[in-house]
Amino acid sequence: MDFSIFGYQFMQNAILTALLGGIACSVIGVFVVLLHMPFIGVCMSHAAFAGALLGLLFHFDPLIGAFALSLIAAAIIGPLADRGELNPETSVGIIFSLMLGIAFLIMGLMPTTQSAAWDLLWGSILTNTWNDVLFLAIVAVIVVGLVFAFYKEIKTTIFNREIALSVGIPATFILYGILFLTGATITTTLHSIGGLLIFSLILNPAATAYQLTYSMKNMFILAALFGVLSGWLGLLFSYWFNIPSGATIVITSSLIFGFAALFSPKKKSAKISKQLFLRA
Amino acid sequence: MIRCSVEQYIIDIENAVVTYREDIALRGISLQVSNGEFLGIVGPNGAGKTTLLTTINGTGRLTSGRVCVLGHHLKPGNGHTLRKKVGYVAQIQNIDPRMPINVREAILMGRYGLIGLLKRPGIHDWEIIDEVLELVGMTHLSRRPIGHLSGGEQQRVAIARCLAQEPQIMLLDEPTASLDWKAKNDILQLVKLVHLKRQLTTLFVTHDLEALPAQCNRVVLLKDGFIWGQGSPDQILIDKNLSQVYSIPLEEVQKRRMITIVS
Repeated sequence: MDFSIFGYQFMQNAILTALLGGIACSVIGVFVVLLHMPFIGVCMSHAAFAGALLGLLFHFDPLIGAFALSLIAAAIIGPLADRGELNPETSVGIIFSLMLGIAFLIMGLMPTTQSAAWDLLWGSILTNTWNDVLFLAIVAVIVVGLVFAFYKEIKTTIFNREIALSVGIPATFILYGILFLTGATITTTLHSIGGLLIFSLILNPAATAYQLTYSMKNMFILAALFGVLSGWLGLLFSYWFNIPSGATIVITSSLIFGFAALFSPKKKSAKISKQLFLRA
Repeated sequence: MIRCSVEQYIIDIENAVVTYREDIALRGISLQVSNGEFLGIVGPNGAGKTTLLTTINGTGRLTSGRVCVLGHHLKPGNGHTLRKKVGYVAQIQNIDPRMPINVREAILMGRYGLIGLLKRPGIHDWEIIDEVLELVGMTHLSRRPIGHLSGGEQQRVAIARCLAQEPQIMLLDEPTASLDWKAKNDILQLVKLVHLKRQLTTLFVTHDLEALPAQCNRVVLLKDGFIWGQGSPDQILIDKNLSQVYSIPLEEVQKRRMITIVS
């Protein structure tokens, strides 16, 4: 097998992107999975996508547009979910459809630059520059650092916000922090992984880890491992079979999830505990 | 934080009104609780019992009135410091059986507010966890995932978490609701034991008269957001009062209480 491809700069950048993006997205994914709000990822990525398109339309840096709009989405979802006025999933769904609407509206308004828009939607991990990688490294360090620093507060808030509040943890602040961090991570990985594909890189590794462990610490570590593994294996398969890299990464991460779900030790214990609960 | 006097009362509520959009949950309640008192709060569903507890730990939003707890005058947004000293045992909730948190970790959460931001739990914190695990009789299940527990065991964990906080006030919201007879009895015994050992000021909310612990000094009857009446359990929990508070005919109350006494 010819591995000379890995000597090229663009491939090395792609490998580093998969490593750093995989870690950052999977850690965010643990929040999304444990908060039972899987649509947050979809919603935020479409907000970032719409924001980046705004940048393309009005000729400013798409990254700034993406960042601004995903933070606005987080700022709207937060209070709606927090006050319990709407079911969180409903509010996320409404923001999601609004962002999708804005994105398509802008795409309709800019017939000449549509290929740039498609790039944002599908991502292009193979065209990442050294600067992109550096930027991703900063984001990954910030995400992991914040989770490490506020681990106990995050853990309690994810478990139960009412309990977190009642023991004196600023749970509302932590929840908003999680939402903003999600927005920021998605924005910075948008260019490499793409608005459509990023959702699976957030959800799949964390959902895989969720099948395998009863320890939250291990869940973070496993999710990051699966995230990186999906990226690397995806890149390898896309090279071997000469198929699109983004799509291959997503399919690989879904297959890993499938295996984990099939062989999950929790399936058995969940069944037993349900029976016990019904009997109790 | 504005201070207010604790010399007389550990909890001092004056004319508290709480509204949720168009619903009025509390309609001007005044209540004073002394240090070490065991107060039962009894009333039908929707009477405002849980809301009353949330105004005391500052998670509920006061529309008007004044609440002083442990010398802190509660205002919106200043409850964090106070909540570290007030333990709250919420009603049983469904926990995801796959939740990656075990019993010890779930109890340790009680100390997270006290430990403070950017600090890790130390040996002292874990010692307290072992102590409360022993007290609630959950040492043998300490490594069990939290979602795998029965309702009664979950309630023990909630009480242990509250005690791990080393609070001065303990608020219990329907701790025996949806439990079977044995689990209910066990939890009541545990609440009694905790009160004996720690002498905490305790507020015990229930809609179920069978679930009112015997050491209760005073009972407050709540109905439609008002305090309908209060007094010692023997004085206040009489058939005539219960018939009015629960809006059921007197004969029905007598029949139900007969069954309870016989059983």
